[in-house]
Amino acid sequence: MKKKLLDFAAKMEIPRLIIVGFLLFIFAVAFITGLPLDSLFSASLVRVGMNGVLVLAMVPTVSAGVGLNFGLPVGVLCGLVGVLLSMQLDLHGFVGFFSALLFSFPLAVLAGWAYALLLNRVKGQEMMVGTYVGFSSVAVMCIFWLLAPFNNPELVWAIGGRGLRSTLTLDKHFAKVLNNLFLVKLGKIEIPLGLLGFFGLLCLIVHLLFRTKLGLAIKAAGSNPRFAEAAGINPDHTRIYGVILSTVLGAVGIVIYAQSYGFVQLYMAPLMMGFPAVAAILLGGASLQRASIGHVILGTFLFQTLLTITLPVASRVVQGDISEVARLIVSNGMILYALTRGERREIA
Amino acid sequence: MVSLWEELLVVAYALEMRSITKQYFGNTVLKSVDVAVKPGEIHALVGENGAGKSTLMNILFGMPVIHQTGGYDGVIQIDGVDVKVDSPARAMELGIGMVHQEFMLIPGFSVVENIKLNREISRPNLVSRFLGSKLETLDLNTMGKESQVALDKLGIDIDHWAPVAGLPVGYMQFVEIAREIDKHNMKVLVFDEPTAVLTESEADLFLESVKRLAGLGLAILFISHRLEEVVDISNNITVIRDGEVVGRLAKDAARVDRIAELMVGRSVKQSALPPRKKEPSDDDIILQIRDLAVDMPGEKLQNFDLDVRRGEIIGIGGLAGHGKVALANGIMGLYPGTGQVIKDGQKLPLENPAAALKSNLAFVSEDRRGMGLLLDDSIEDNIVFSSMQIQNKFLKKHLPWPSTHMRDAEAIRAYALDTIRDLDVRCQGPNQPVRRLSGGNQQKVCLGRALALSPDVLFASEPTRGIDIGAKNLVLDLLVEINREMGMTIVITSSELAELRMICDRIAIVYEGRLVGTLDPTASDVDFGLMMAGGIGTGVKAG
Repeated sequence: MKKKLLDFAAKMEIPRLIIVGFLLFIFAVAFITGLPLDSLFSASLVRVGMNGVLVLAMVPTVSAGVGLNFGLPVGVLCGLVGVLLSMQLDLHGFVGFFSALLFSFPLAVLAGWAYALLLNRVKGQEMMVGTYVGFSSVAVMCIFWLLAPFNNPELVWAIGGRGLRSTLTLDKHFAKVLNNLFLVKLGKIEIPLGLLGFFGLLCLIVHLLFRTKLGLAIKAAGSNPRFAEAAGINPDHTRIYGVILSTVLGAVGIVIYAQSYGFVQLYMAPLMMGFPAVAAILLGGASLQRASIGHVILGTFLFQTLLTITLPVASRVVQGDISEVARLIVSNGMILYALTRGERREIA
Repeated sequence: MVSLWEELLVVAYALEMRSITKQYFGNTVLKSVDVAVKPGEIHALVGENGAGKSTLMNILFGMPVIHQTGGYDGVIQIDGVDVKVDSPARAMELGIGMVHQEFMLIPGFSVVENIKLNREISRPNLVSRFLGSKLETLDLNTMGKESQVALDKLGIDIDHWAPVAGLPVGYMQFVEIAREIDKHNMKVLVFDEPTAVLTESEADLFLESVKRLAGLGLAILFISHRLEEVVDISNNITVIRDGEVVGRLAKDAARVDRIAELMVGRSVKQSALPPRKKEPSDDDIILQIRDLAVDMPGEKLQNFDLDVRRGEIIGIGGLAGHGKVALANGIMGLYPGTGQVIKDGQKLPLENPAAALKSNLAFVSEDRRGMGLLLDDSIEDNIVFSSMQIQNKFLKKHLPWPSTHMRDAEAIRAYALDTIRDLDVRCQGPNQPVRRLSGGNQQKVCLGRALALSPDVLFASEPTRGIDIGAKNLVLDLLVEINREMGMTIVITSSELAELRMICDRIAIVYEGRLVGTLDPTASDVDFGLMMAGGIGTGVKAG
């Protein structure tokens, strides 16, 4: 029994156990202090569905050997352009939602391809370069937001009529269309089956993709480029596929995020989009070399639940907002931890 | 020999290593090795890769790897006094110097700064009086003069204030040596393959310097794969094979072919191989190689011509660094190459692994863990990978595009179980990651992956490297079995001549990137030795 426990502990790894322990502790405190656990739990389920796809976007790059996609804002920006186009055309409901996805798709493929070409030139430093590609593309798009010829009065600044507003509301378009789809009530707990189902569907698609011939080639080239080359695969090509897939998922992810949030945030808002996603998948047990759908689901659940629960509990206990601090400690701590143990697998 | 030893006993040795034995995890890598060097003597240490030379040198330098793995048995004496070398720093104190194969120089520093690195001559100044000797002023003048003395000893004329970065490779080697001999108590100097990176003229210059150093009374241990230069400059030669001293030759007795024979030769009993229905012949050539050049680092191949007969097992032998492993790597398109390879009348494009695989060639890499396996993936996924990617096997064809075909778990499992049984892979099941397997079983998985392609020609590069004796024989038997039962043509490359002679129909010997000739496995050790040293033996069949 003791050995089994130790094995389990080794499999879970210490940091994850600490997080799970902390989470349980917070739940206990929430229960004792009389916070409404059911609504908190409902809120965390929504946040899982809301952020899950952005976390899922990490899987293709890790599998392709590019590492974690710190350049996720590239995909996010494509998704935002898709949302704006859909809003400009005054599309509503599911039509609006899916046309946003449709518009962003070709952009994401193109942007992902260009981004992948760049990453192929900086092998070994993809994550560092990706971070700065993300930062600089956000900055470039700031100019785009100001100059782009959108003219729907809902989108542009009320005074002057030029340049997109920094925060746009989706209320009249497709806010919460997925959140409210198949919303099931179990006692007081609300389960957004539509939202979670969509996330699940994308997980399934990615899972199946990596069981195809191409997917297996991407994975093999990611874990051992020389092996792949010897089997007649060009690792540079498979890396491009991985990055494109990740960028597309980033675009899909932000559209889902936006509909759930009910707002679109432009300008500097996408700047840090990549970091919580990176932290979540690492929390789920992924490493720089290996990431699975299981890591995505577990990581998103732990990370988002932690955030949802900590805020009210913390404000009740310490009379102040340490939630943001906790989020930063957890997310940056996880990234730091993963980067320092990155090469461990090579030794065994 | 006896008289030689008696003569040597009279003279005091600068360095004597006696009955050095070393085990790594119960694996004996050095067995009671004796090496003794007099002042002024150039003593060469030769042996194939993995013979134990580096281990011996690591012991001499007190490298941490030795002491972390349980130390060694035996005695080391410097100037007749027992010493305990427990760290590289201690080795330096004792006057043992080493010139590394890779240069350990700082490119942006001048020659003098490199020579005097960490041993700078300095004068106290105002600041250092308060803040310690680290801040003393450098005495560049004296440093320059002393460096010049060291360079003069080598008979080399370079601007000692020039930065190292711009120097020709050969001169960097001299800077490296100058640094060693500038240490004042230097008694023994070890050169580890010093000429490997030098051009011919640089090497000549270098060997002159080594002789000059010996003339100054240094004892020199010289490790090299270039046997001509070994014979040329050494006073004595010790040959090591499999961790044992297998021969000691004095200068006058040393011949290149004799050394090569000692290095690789091992009398083997030729066990009778099963007969074939139809013996391979020159009338049926499966692979015609003409003027092949392969640019593989450290193993270059050039002007290589060879005809491989259908159904034969042909061995490719030769000493390390002469290009034998480049043949398979070049044909499989893994390294840049030029020339012509014709398989069954079809010209094979080079530098294109997918094309080579599609032409029914398969390859078991010499770099098993680096190139041969997906270490974290399961046995079954490793076995079917190439076949799936190249031949679209083991896929479920739901959609018209091959890239979207899904892996067929059932077919993969069934095939993997068959392979595991046929090749006798010892494992917990087809799901086990190959990282957990022993070297021999990993090799069988590599073989299984190549066989899943059902190739016409199988290239096996060093298939027995780094696996234990029992597994070696299993792998060799397996190759024979594949050849006899499936009629598969096998091109096997190995550093161990003995195993080539056990299973091959004929053995081609590569020397300095060129084919010297092919020998019958029953040819004499002398013929093999001579050919590996670049000469033509008496038993040569076809050149």
